Amino acid sequence: MATELDNIEIRPARRRFVQGAAALATTLIAPGILLYKTGQASSNGAAKTPRWGLLIDTNALSEADVDACVSACQREHGWHSEAGSATDAQWIRKLRLSDERSGQQQFLPMMCQHCADPPCVDVCPTGASFKRDDGIVLVNKHTCIGCRYCMMACPYKARSFIHETLYDQLPVAPRGKGTVESCTLCVHRIDRDGANAVPACAEAVNRGEHKAILFGDLNDPQSEISQRLKSHGATRIRADLGVDPGVRYQGL
Amino acid sequence: MRTIYSEIRTSSPQYWGLLAVFAVITALGIAAAHRMEVEGHHISGMSNQVVWGLPHVFAIFLIVAASGALNLASLASVFNKAEYKPLARFSAILSIALLIGGLAILLLDLGRPDRLIVAITHYNFKSIFAWNILLYSGFIVIVLAYLWLMMERRLEHWSRPVGMFAFAWRLILTSGTGSIFGFLVAREAYDSALLAPMFIVMSFAFGLAMFILLLLLSFRLDRRELDASHLQRLRKLLGLFCIGILYFVLLFHLTKLYGSQNHAYERFILLDGGVYTWLFWLFQIGLGSLLPLLLLYSARWQHSPRSLVLACLLIIQGAFAQLYVIIIGGQAFPLNLFPGYRVDSSFFDGVINTYSPSLWELLLGCGGLTSALLIALLVVRVLPILPQNLPGAQN
Repeated sequence: MATELDNIEIRPARRRFVQGAAALATTLIAPGILLYKTGQASSNGAAKTPRWGLLIDTNALSEADVDACVSACQREHGWHSEAGSATDAQWIRKLRLSDERSGQQQFLPMMCQHCADPPCVDVCPTGASFKRDDGIVLVNKHTCIGCRYCMMACPYKARSFIHETLYDQLPVAPRGKGTVESCTLCVHRIDRDGANAVPACAEAVNRGEHKAILFGDLNDPQSEISQRLKSHGATRIRADLGVDPGVRYQGL
Repeated sequence: MRTIYSEIRTSSPQYWGLLAVFAVITALGIAAAHRMEVEGHHISGMSNQVVWGLPHVFAIFLIVAASGALNLASLASVFNKAEYKPLARFSAILSIALLIGGLAILLLDLGRPDRLIVAITHYNFKSIFAWNILLYSGFIVIVLAYLWLMMERRLEHWSRPVGMFAFAWRLILTSGTGSIFGFLVAREAYDSALLAPMFIVMSFAFGLAMFILLLLLSFRLDRRELDASHLQRLRKLLGLFCIGILYFVLLFHLTKLYGSQNHAYERFILLDGGVYTWLFWLFQIGLGSLLPLLLLYSARWQHSPRSLVLACLLIIQGAFAQLYVIIIGGQAFPLNLFPGYRVDSSFFDGVINTYSPSLWELLLGCGGLTSALLIALLVVRVLPILPQNLPGAQN
């Protein structure tokens, strides 16, 4: 009698305990297993995260071409710069290089080099200056406090501070007075078209077979940009700093 | 003899007049910052080339001087120099006041000062700037605790360990301030570990000069007596710190001169940089270091309090000249993207950048300075910070 009673009373409690323990173990361990699997998948999987970059062939660019890059970027993102203004933003600019001895001249577009180890990201106190997984370096306009330390740290003078009230902003390029901005590598096009995207500056100058500004995935050995880098090589500007820029130049 | 501390009780027109002047300048500084915020920074002299300007010169001066102003307290607590003990409380108050003034300028100069909460809640721990936010706020808390322990006699034995901690913290803090520039590897003017120790020695001198001036001012306002022997000790210390700065400046430029890649930059600062060359040789080295040394050590003037005051003022103007050359001169010199090439663009590549400070920046900077002085002069009125008199040393 007593044993029957025991059985009746104890079993539900024991069952609840076992059920609870199993549920707890599942809650604790399952996510770990899942995370482990996900981690394994991403490190072994064929589809590696892309690293977007540009290869600029300066021999194929005339002065007018570089001007066209600048105008295309202005139209795409809605910024403009008065000649001689020290406070206007310039996301991309035309550089004229003159050899000090021979006097030989070259023109090239200079913009954010989307470094693998960007000094602007290192120094930003709030983390507003950040690098996406695909290598694009951006400024989060919501957390930028406008301290300009990233502008002090950038080796390429690629960043601008917005000194004046803005009008007529474009939806693809939100900007903000009192914050810092720079080339986005036309991230809105990349998010839409992936590897088939063409940044505005490249679109403005690419004619025919040879692309003077070639956009592509530096992490994919089969991509056109990787193939051309492999066969022709390219220059990293201020390679001595070891920041590994994603924008490379041919013909310098 | 036991030191008696008391609030200053003066109601002299000089005291209130001085407070009124400081308050007005502080208010003008806040108004100027508001104007820059509303209009945008284009009304300042700063640009996309010279991104940090006169406000940063004032701010860095105050922050560096703040850590140096704590020296007298450290000498008493850490190095057991009993003769400095009566001055320790004032030293702590002045360092907090100067730091608050400097931080206020930095904050108000931000493009988005309204996002202070973002700066407090979002940290990028790789950023030396973010470390400094922690170092500065920590400094204020530690020095306040230190001050309290010095003032609460039952807990006074704790003031020594806390004073040591504050001393270590301030050395790290000033290293952090110097490293804001020292870590900028891409710019020839910076990129040097020497900037951290140089800023520490600068803080010793600038902080002590501010301390001496403010001490003499508050004693005079309240008609308290200051024995000449104290001034003699401070005078010797100040001279030593001046020599320290000269040593680091010499070492910094010699290091840069040794590598030929920096010759263009050195030529710019030392020979043909116009305003920067003048500021360096005349105001920093001549009037800011050599003349003060003469005033402090020459047998002819070394017993005159006036020569000490003059030396302090000269050192402070030299401090501004030095920071102007470091901060603005360093940005005026262009980045060298293509060695061996002449570079030009619509974005001022390859040219010496121009900068002329606007009235708004000057007001913001002065406002930060006067806010610090205002805090110091008000606190000594409401708390027993200053010793009633400073008798001569026992020995």
